[in-house]
Amino acid sequence: MTAEAIAGPHAYLQAQARWRTSEAVFWIATLLPFVLTPNYLVLASQVAITALFALSLDLILGYAGIVSLGHAAFFGFGAYTAGIVSKYGWGEPLSGLALAGFAAGLLGYLMSFIIARFRHLALIMITLGFGFLLLEAANSAGWLTGGADGLQGVRTWPLFGLFTFDLWGYASYWYALIVLFLLFLLSRRLIHSPFGLALRGIRENIVRMRAIGAESRAHVRKIYTISATMAGIAGGLLTQTTETVSLGVLDFQRSADVLVMLILGGAGRLYGGLVGAIIFMVARDQFSGINPQYWYFPIGLLLIAVVLFLPGGILGGLARMVASERWRRLIPPLKERQAGER
Amino acid sequence: MTQLPPALSTRGLAKRFGSLTVASDVALDLPQGVRHALIGPNGAGKTTLINLMTGMLRPDAGRVLLGDEDITALEPEVRVRRGLARTFQINTLFPNLNALETVALAVCEREGISRTWVKPIAAYKSAVEEAYDILASLALGNDCYRPTRTLAYGQQRLVEIALALATRPRVLLLDEPAAGVPREESAALFAAVTNLSRDITVLFIEHDMDFVFRFASRIIVMAAGRVLTEGTPDEIAADPRVREIYLGRRRHG
Repeated sequence: MTAEAIAGPHAYLQAQARWRTSEAVFWIATLLPFVLTPNYLVLASQVAITALFALSLDLILGYAGIVSLGHAAFFGFGAYTAGIVSKYGWGEPLSGLALAGFAAGLLGYLMSFIIARFRHLALIMITLGFGFLLLEAANSAGWLTGGADGLQGVRTWPLFGLFTFDLWGYASYWYALIVLFLLFLLSRRLIHSPFGLALRGIRENIVRMRAIGAESRAHVRKIYTISATMAGIAGGLLTQTTETVSLGVLDFQRSADVLVMLILGGAGRLYGGLVGAIIFMVARDQFSGINPQYWYFPIGLLLIAVVLFLPGGILGGLARMVASERWRRLIPPLKERQAGER
Repeated sequence: MTQLPPALSTRGLAKRFGSLTVASDVALDLPQGVRHALIGPNGAGKTTLINLMTGMLRPDAGRVLLGDEDITALEPEVRVRRGLARTFQINTLFPNLNALETVALAVCEREGISRTWVKPIAAYKSAVEEAYDILASLALGNDCYRPTRTLAYGQQRLVEIALALATRPRVLLLDEPAAGVPREESAALFAAVTNLSRDITVLFIEHDMDFVFRFASRIIVMAAGRVLTEGTPDEIAADPRVREIYLGRRRHG
């Protein structure tokens, strides 16, 4: 039993939500690209955007157990919203981002009424189908979205009228990183709240949730809306930092990739999506430099290896290692004590 | 003394699965505060009856009343909020939550605070303390920080009961609460159940006749989806029909 547990249930739960040193290290390390790899800030900002997208999926999949193979729908909806707003004359980034989040959140809210009624395979099919619908809608509405040519003419005004989004990605990375951090804080708060506990209850056993009088469907609708909003903000960030939108933002590949990242990093661990996004995006950058055609081969290999040997993802594996190391250090003193008692 | 309405009643409850009748014209009144045992051979429809009462199954005909209120049309989760709680024959818990989180979750749902996400759980002190007190009262205070799946089977049975208690039920339906628990522990478990506040009306399904006659003050006997008879333990023990269909044979399972 841990020291917190001995101090009582209240202290124990408080300790669960406390910030760990490793978390501080992680967030300080996100600043390293500015110093160490200033030529890769564009990549770094893409990583931060993708990490936000993965975090949004983690909230529904990792915490509430809602499977989705069409989460790009919300990413893409946010991306197009930000792009269209900018194209038609309003390029202010913060309000554009808020609009992107609002639009995707509204779509997520409408969708959540269907989502809350299904589980498992049915959900995979529904989200997949929804993703296809949105992709083809964007494809056919060429007058609005630019269709297969992509949306041209997106211009993002300087942030606060001061920081220009340049080719080197300096402002982009700052912008994406701060938005990611703020939404991460929000997510972190959420998962340690009573609502977060209810989400884990839904993931663990939806039948029992009914038998304790839980408002499971209302919870699902709420988290789905929040997740869709965050995905939309991630999409909006991509539009604003790259000043273009292609149909790729709605592609099935994007939904599949973000799922892979989350599984690699570890679902239901808050940092899983972030770590997964870093590994996936950096690996893609490096491998596609070596061999652009076959770069999914190592990703496939890694995915199988992780699922086989680290069921909780990379972070789950790390957590287990730390726990067993602590245990190993406990054993010798324990044996000594037993020998002394004999 | 004025006559209180029954805590839970059924009227003409019926359910068929295809050609198999699992409940037929079940009419019961559970007087307030009484400890009821529901007995009957395997396949008599005991669990089905609990499922019908709690709304996990929809009846083909008949009504369920909680106090004076007709709850037949209500969803299971709404019935729980009205005060009708149950446990499951096979542990139906949250494997990766610990017992404290499990029970705190039920308390938070009851109080409506599980909608909130601004403050951490620890900020809701009274909910956390209530959850812990329920666990401590069932001798789970020391083990409530371990994931539920790592608890001993008997402890998991207790978490089932703790979860139901956390909903503050008026009526508590226990589906073989001691199934799979060693005999010594079963006795303690039944003692805990019968010692619950008299505000709670209890009905439990149990196969072990020792426990039934020791802990129940009324016994309901079911066979083939029908209520065969009900009465005090003495009446049931003297009933030749019960003896024939149930007590005369060696129980199995």
